Amino acid sequence: MVLEEGALAPDFTLTDESGNGVTLSQINEPVVLIFYPADWSPVCSDELSVFSAARRLFDDRGARLLGISVDGMWCHQAFRSQRNLSFPLLADFEPKGAVAQSYGVYRNEDGISERALFVLDRTRHVSWKEISPLGENPGADGALRAVEALS
Amino acid sequence: MSGAQLAVPVGPDDHARGPNDAAITLVEYGDYQCPYCGEAYSIVEKLLRALGEDVRLVFRNLPLVDVHVHAEAAAELAEAAAMQDKFWEMHDTLFENQGDLSDAALSRYAKTVGLDADRVARDLASGDPRARVEADFEGAIRSGANGTPTFFVNGDRYDGSWQFEPFKKYLQSLLKN
Repeated sequence: MVLEEGALAPDFTLTDESGNGVTLSQINEPVVLIFYPADWSPVCSDELSVFSAARRLFDDRGARLLGISVDGMWCHQAFRSQRNLSFPLLADFEPKGAVAQSYGVYRNEDGISERALFVLDRTRHVSWKEISPLGENPGADGALRAVEALS
Repeated sequence: MSGAQLAVPVGPDDHARGPNDAAITLVEYGDYQCPYCGEAYSIVEKLLRALGEDVRLVFRNLPLVDVHVHAEAAAELAEAAAMQDKFWEMHDTLFENQGDLSDAALSRYAKTVGLDADRVARDLASGDPRARVEADFEGAIRSGANGTPTFFVNGDRYDGSWQFEPFKKYLQSLLKN
């Protein structure tokens, strides 16, 4: 089951591409969780580039962007650096996809996560979510509207 | 279709090419340094020739500056050119010379297009072109633009192929209805 609007989002600590641990419950501001299938895939790259460029619109509204996929830290490091992405990429790598599973967006059939966006409020409750077809890049409009609705 | 809708309606301030009452208004959000936009540029030119008066093209800025370091400066120069009524000349020049968008090259293009260089410098310094590019950018994000280029056809995000034949076929199918 995909985590529903209103639910308390499961806490997690994951390593970003620089090896820093990021703990969700320690972020006391709205968060946009960007689950994506894999580093380097064309649709993911476009999706993340759009969010990266749009970061200042989210910054202006006090919201943090976090990318998450099952790729490991070194892969994330190369990907973030090559695409010059403006937000961290978290490695849902070991146990593989555990965070995606806890949000109900892990695909057992192919071992990657859905293309899913969750907007969490300051108290870590899901205020909005969107699951897109794997091949479809959702854009950042829905997440931006959801963040604006929080304030 | 995706359901994503153009958040900022086409208006008199837009850079438009083609009749105001064309059956189809094609809005392109693009980045002068993006190779896909460079490819789309020649395809859109062909589409405009093929569909004639039925299509109006509107170009807006979506510079993805994290990956394209010259995209912002190029977009601002095109907006500065618009202030001298030479937007499309600059737009075409930038896409046709996409391989070199360095500052030196941009100055050369300003000359080629016949801009008043002092006025360009003044206008860029005023921040107006930058504000215009930022406004376009925010409008693009709010519209659900999901990469470069993103096309909107009569207000709906077009997620199909923008290669010439499929795009032409799609646009023609709208004309028949």
